[in-house]
Amino acid sequence: MLQRLPLPLAAIALPLALREAFLAAPAEQKMGVVQRIFYFHVPSAMMAFLGVGLCAVLSALYLWRRDRRYDIAAEAAAELGVLFCTIVLVTGPLWARPVWGVYWTGEVRLTSTLILWLLFVGYLLLRGQAGGDRDATARFAAIVAIVGALDVPIIYKSVEWWRGLHPKVLKISGGGGLDPAMARSLLVCSIAFLLLFAALYVERLRLGRLTEEVASLEQQTARLENAEGSPA
Amino acid sequence: MIGVARGSLAVAAKDLRAEMASPAQAMSLFVFALLVVVVFHFAFDLTAAEFTALGPGVLWVAILFTGILALDRGFRVEREGGRIDGLRLAPMPRSALYFGKVLSTWTIMTAVEIVLVPIAAILFNHPLGGWALRLLPVLLLNTLGFAAVGCLFACITTQTRRGDLLLPVLLFPAAVPIALAAVRATGHVLAGRPLDRFAHWLTLSAAYDLIFLAAAVLLFDHALDD
Repeated sequence: MLQRLPLPLAAIALPLALREAFLAAPAEQKMGVVQRIFYFHVPSAMMAFLGVGLCAVLSALYLWRRDRRYDIAAEAAAELGVLFCTIVLVTGPLWARPVWGVYWTGEVRLTSTLILWLLFVGYLLLRGQAGGDRDATARFAAIVAIVGALDVPIIYKSVEWWRGLHPKVLKISGGGGLDPAMARSLLVCSIAFLLLFAALYVERLRLGRLTEEVASLEQQTARLENAEGSPA
Repeated sequence: MIGVARGSLAVAAKDLRAEMASPAQAMSLFVFALLVVVVFHFAFDLTAAEFTALGPGVLWVAILFTGILALDRGFRVEREGGRIDGLRLAPMPRSALYFGKVLSTWTIMTAVEIVLVPIAAILFNHPLGGWALRLLPVLLLNTLGFAAVGCLFACITTQTRRGDLLLPVLLFPAAVPIALAAVRATGHVLAGRPLDRFAHWLTLSAAYDLIFLAAAVLLFDHALDD
């Protein structure tokens, strides 16, 4: 029953989030209306990290327990991670162009997010072309996910040092500088995105389980056909 | 059953003996690396003044591209004729197979680098000197990190369809810290700056090496077929 909840809840929360972002939140002093993309950009970034983190933990669990359910859950989490990471990478430059005057800079969060996205796109590509052996695919993908997750803080550090200087985009932690009304809008949008993530995740898990079932049924039929076809 | 150290050395020695037996293979790796440098020489129209700025990037792009080829071949060879089964049946821990492969990749790549760097310097009219020796720790530390993750990933991708294309797609993003640390540290060495200006980059490379050698040796067992 619990897994039926996120979809209707997300359907209620997302219009509320739109209202918060476009109507309730006060306009930012200097950036004006373009700053409102922040209410989708930041929650998307949170969900991207949730997806990637979830994928890494589930991958480790898979390697430990070798239970196919962990693998299905890890793949679903990675797909959502890439989806939300894509939203981050699209909304970021849209905001940066009017505010910074450029679509793209070597800023550390931008660059690290792009590399994270590339890592997990690679993960999905690996899953796509690993071939027929599902258990081997699961093992390989899990290894790549764990290495990728371990790499994230090192990538961040190296990109930070590479620039030498690192402009603060917005101080999110600590809440310093963020108006209480803006903070509330951000919270509403974050909850709405979390519900959206949960709703998509439940559906994607169901799809994963069905795909798994179809694959094992196909294997069974193939085995039966072989048994009939072979000379007794 | 022999220990990890002896097993690794045996695997690495096997690889290096195979290289010695057909030097054309290692030679083609070097020629490829040189070609990349020459292509950049045309593309950027480099002069001596710019070598300290652009040279490190050119060198490391050449090294990492060559590394991809070396890694792919190093593991594809073991798939031919089921040689990998022989290695898996060898009376040694699985980790010895991993460390041995890292060791041979590290050696082959470093050998290519040691020949490549002075030739690139001559090509770009950069005076040879004491910097060449000071570059050695930079080459060693960063190549080790690349080989550490590379051997784990190459073991995976050579078991998949079109794995030769998949290896760079997976390895380059994961090796970003190595690429950045290597280029920056090489730049400082070429410009003749003192060690304390770029020691943090060497620390980062060393940390990367340790983290991924440790992680990969734990994960390598899962990368081999059961």
